[in-house]
Amino acid sequence: MKENYEFSKEDLAEIEKIKAKYPDKKSPVMPVLWLAQQKFGHVEPEVQQLVAKTLDIPAAHVYGVVSFYTQYYGERKGKFVFDVCTTLTCQLCGGYDILHHLEDKLGIKAGETTEDGMFSIQSVECLGACGYAPMMQITNGVYCNHLTTEKVDKIVDDLKAGKMPEFEQIPFPQHQDESNNKEG
Amino acid sequence: MAVEWRNFEPVLIPKIPNLHKIEVFEKNGGYQQLAKVLKEWTPEKVVDEVKAANIRGRGGAGFNAGLKWSFMPKPDGKPRYIAANGDESEPGTFKDRQIFEYNPHLFIEGATIAGFAMHIDAVYVYIRGEYKDWIDMMQKAIDDAYAKGYLGKNIMGSGYDMDMYVHSGAGAYICGEESSLMESLEGKRGYPRVKPPFPAQKGLWGRPTTINNIETLANVPLVIKNGADWYKSIGAENHPGPVLYGISGHINKPGVYEYPTGMSIHDLIYEVCGGMRGGKKIKAVIPGGSSTPPLRGDQLEGVCMDADSLRTAGSMMGTAGMIIMDEDTDIVDVVWRISHFYHHESCGQCTPCRDGTGFLEKTLIKIKDGHGEMRDLDLLLDLCTQMEGRTICALADAAAWPVRYAVTRFREDFEKKVKNTVYALA
Ligand SMILES: Cc1cc2nc3c(=O)[nH]c(=O)nc-3n(C[C@H](O)[C@H](O)[C@H](O)COP(=O)(O)O)c2cc1C
Ligand code: SF4
Ligand code: FES
Repeated sequence: MKENYEFSKEDLAEIEKIKAKYPDKKSPVMPVLWLAQQKFGHVEPEVQQLVAKTLDIPAAHVYGVVSFYTQYYGERKGKFVFDVCTTLTCQLCGGYDILHHLEDKLGIKAGETTEDGMFSIQSVECLGACGYAPMMQITNGVYCNHLTTEKVDKIVDDLKAGKMPEFEQIPFPQHQDESNNKEG
Repeated sequence: MAVEWRNFEPVLIPKIPNLHKIEVFEKNGGYQQLAKVLKEWTPEKVVDEVKAANIRGRGGAGFNAGLKWSFMPKPDGKPRYIAANGDESEPGTFKDRQIFEYNPHLFIEGATIAGFAMHIDAVYVYIRGEYKDWIDMMQKAIDDAYAKGYLGKNIMGSGYDMDMYVHSGAGAYICGEESSLMESLEGKRGYPRVKPPFPAQKGLWGRPTTINNIETLANVPLVIKNGADWYKSIGAENHPGPVLYGISGHINKPGVYEYPTGMSIHDLIYEVCGGMRGGKKIKAVIPGGSSTPPLRGDQLEGVCMDADSLRTAGSMMGTAGMIIMDEDTDIVDVVWRISHFYHHESCGQCTPCRDGTGFLEKTLIKIKDGHGEMRDLDLLLDLCTQMEGRTICALADAAAWPVRYAVTRFREDFEKKVKNTVYALA
């Protein structure tokens, strides 16, 4: 089935605002791809064509950008994408256990999508949350920190019920009162 | 010698509730340094003061920020830029996001002062795409600063105009490298550029550009407020100032802590972070992000977190993202994972990096899975030699160092996993 991809009037107004931030017509391609991915859920070749046409740049250039950056979905993924960090600190703190637990639970391997199109799993590189390892990110959005298998189960159940986990604010340790880093 | 730190109160991320809100920031003296500079200082004076303070870049290389600013050519009426580096993708590093979350206006004030000092037209704040929530926080702070006249046209009535824009990355470690970052800002694949020309000559869109880390720029208002001498009195002599230590791994209280530079690694682990999990011994410490050479646990006596002390110990300050490993850690496994990271993130332009990172990873998998031979250890070192200093950017070095120093410093761990190369004839 071929879908018809179009930007709405509001999108085009937003794109004009983006263009005003850059001095040439090629530079806005990344923010416009983000906007497109937000809207369509992916940036498959037809969406790349739309971005190219809208910015008046070659589609090949847009493809080159999409294929360089891992967060752009050049192919469709599940409705929810689990990006499980397995880099250094997460590796040390059980990131692979979390990954394998998710794989067993959903019956797919990293890089795959469940048959119903609900979930994808990816093993990703350090997400800049090493102090809160092990952790994962959901569909380029919310960070889930300090993961345990129980917490992962709950997240999956919540998502099935249509509930996205909330942003977890992690206090700056020195701002907490019982800070025992001081003498006395 | 380790510096005194126990009475230190955070200044980059001070303990003031809701400081991320512009009204609270203003009430606590926010944007007054910008006002002072715009009214009373010349751009040259700002550059000189920041140079004298010796703020060493917090993005990894530790270069004096004011000195870097002084490389910018004289204005010629055409656009000039700052690219503020918030790509923060070096494994072990999670400190710039604390500034986005807890004190974004300090960064905006610092970047605007830097802009005035270098006659900048626009600052592009490059933030890794994964930090979606923090990008939104930063955008909100910038919008508020515009609304109050701290950004945009005729800033605080001074006649100085400067814009600030957020640019979201999209998942590529290499875009933290300054020339790759500029390519990415220009809407291209993030291939690092050959230097020279350096960014101060030919940067963003071919125009003079300075690249500074987020934390580096957040230090600027503190220097303007209290002076270079005050700044230099904090922390280590040749590497002064407050610093955000991001500490992770097998410790009881991981997190980001703001203390002076030059703290002893032992104090950071045992006093700040509550010691090792389960009371275990320290096997290894990576002091400044995954690319800095690992130190042995029994090598840490007296080692402090500043450029000089770490150089003597055989490592580097990097991003001050410390990764602590306990005695049960399988070093070979860890080094393989680091190599996997750099292999995955190599942009592929240079053969020694593209193929070298691949060979390193392949060889380490072989050793980790018990199929390695003694000569593979020499092969690893040889590969490192062929990668270091032979490529367009420093990613190849970043990939080689952890392997080189792990193999030399933890040789017994590697030897335990490999077979002898010479077999006895039956
Ligand atoms: C492979 C590679 C990745 C880098 N990643 C980052 C990064 O994520 N953030 C950063 O601030 N600097 C990073 N750097 C360093 C930048 O190239 C640059 O030196 C720095 O942003 C300059 O700012 P500073 O002088 O304030 O530290 C990286 C360098 C290399 C070689
Ligand atoms: S050293 Fe590696 S990452 Fe850097 S330009 Fe060469 S191939 Fe790309
Ligand atoms: S190693 Fe997982 S977030 Fe940094």
